[in-house]
Amino acid sequence: MDAVIASLPQYWDGFLRTLYLSVISGIIALLVGTLLAAMRVSPVAALRGFSMFYVEVARNTPLTIIFFFAAIVLPRLGVRFEQFEVAAIIALSSYTAAFIAEAVRSGVNSVPVGQAEAARSVGMTFTQVLGFIVLPQAVRTVIPPLINILIALVKNSSVAGAFFVLELFGYGRQLSNDYGNQVLWILLGVAFFYLLITVPLGLLAHFVERKVAIAR
Amino acid sequence: MTSVLYDVPGPKARLYSLLGSAAGILIILGILAIAVVTLAQQGIFDADRWEIFYGPMAPDVWSLIGQGILSTLAAAAVAAVIAFPLGIALCLLRISLIPWIRIPTQVVLEFLRGMPVVLMMLFVLLVFATGQFQAVVVGLVLYNAAIFAEILRAGIQSLPKGQREAGLAIGLRSFQSRMSIEFPQAVRRMLPSLIAQLVVLLKDTSLGYIVGYEELLRKIQIMADFLGPDFLFPAFFVGAAIYILINLTVSRIAIMIERRGSKKAAGGMASAIKTVDLEVNVPGTDKK
Repeated sequence: MDAVIASLPQYWDGFLRTLYLSVISGIIALLVGTLLAAMRVSPVAALRGFSMFYVEVARNTPLTIIFFFAAIVLPRLGVRFEQFEVAAIIALSSYTAAFIAEAVRSGVNSVPVGQAEAARSVGMTFTQVLGFIVLPQAVRTVIPPLINILIALVKNSSVAGAFFVLELFGYGRQLSNDYGNQVLWILLGVAFFYLLITVPLGLLAHFVERKVAIAR
Repeated sequence: MTSVLYDVPGPKARLYSLLGSAAGILIILGILAIAVVTLAQQGIFDADRWEIFYGPMAPDVWSLIGQGILSTLAAAAVAAVIAFPLGIALCLLRISLIPWIRIPTQVVLEFLRGMPVVLMMLFVLLVFATGQFQAVVVGLVLYNAAIFAEILRAGIQSLPKGQREAGLAIGLRSFQSRMSIEFPQAVRRMLPSLIAQLVVLLKDTSLGYIVGYEELLRKIQIMADFLGPDFLFPAFFVGAAIYILINLTVSRIAIMIERRGSKKAAGGMASAIKTVDLEVNVPGTDKK
């Protein structure tokens, strides 16, 4: 137990870095994911194809492989990152964007057809239909699954800890080396800090689900 | 393909779309070309770099890769086989009518679901001082059993109330009704999500790399360390391709089963199917 208290500064630093990775990657992934979903339903065949290909490949690639590529293969090819956080953010957000795209797309599909038809019948273009009518309604059904994806993102950021980024999991590994006899407490401490992020997010998802649930 | 989101494109729009597509493809090809040229300058495409896959070393290299694939699949299979019944048990506890069973289970489930899988693996590895295989399997089992439990619970809750009421009315006990009336329907209804979760499980075996389990990725690294840095990229390339191919195949199977299931369900009695977007990895459900 005292090992945990003694290493509180490390925990705090790791907690902040986990939060930082998650927030930045989350924002990028939300933007890119929505864009990918819009491409997926757009009239241009090439955009649809690209979005489909990207989502399919990214969802079927283990995150560890992406990190392995960024951390171990790229440097041997001469690409080095000044801060490895940058690589971690790129890996996390490009991975998460695919899941967000899928969630947003199924949200778009859940909006009644009549909405889009009505919008088109008053002369709106594709971007207007999507931006003013469909997406705002899709957001309501999509928020709970999106929060679940963000929870997964927070947990996935732990993979960065295995590749040179000192976030919660990275510190956890380091500290359990330093305090070999108190591994149990050290790792429970790490778990606690993860729960500190994921449990409130989960509760939020529950709450929003009840709040915005609409009968369709 | 027609969509309700836009009018059927006229000749002008089709032309623009064609031009746009061509430009996009050109840009992507350009980026690829730059990447290929950069790699080529590093000598990546020299034949001797790839010789490990067909030269005198090939049998050893491929047998190492084969071992990696086998240990990846073994961990996934063992974990899936244990996690599913455990998930059912957890689900039963979670929907128990007795509060002091239900609430602790809920806490445990929240705990397991809020935890990175790799942290659980490390925990098992260090605290219980097990082998890497056991650590990977236990980590995967704990996490996925919790997810399975939640998926099944959502499935049972999406059933019409009358199912359980009818079961109780003909004199089944609560547990009997759960097992012989509600569970079979819930499993069938949730089959797509359950299979999608199996794909996630398979993908997560790669986390074994981090705790030192000798799965595909670790074998690749061992191989590259042994052969020298020059061979890292070819080895990684082949390994990653195999990983992605396996996952894609399983995903395809999942989608096929989902299609078959949804056809059946459409003809069945289930009138108002509410698809529950429970987990992150629900494959795209077309509800159009």
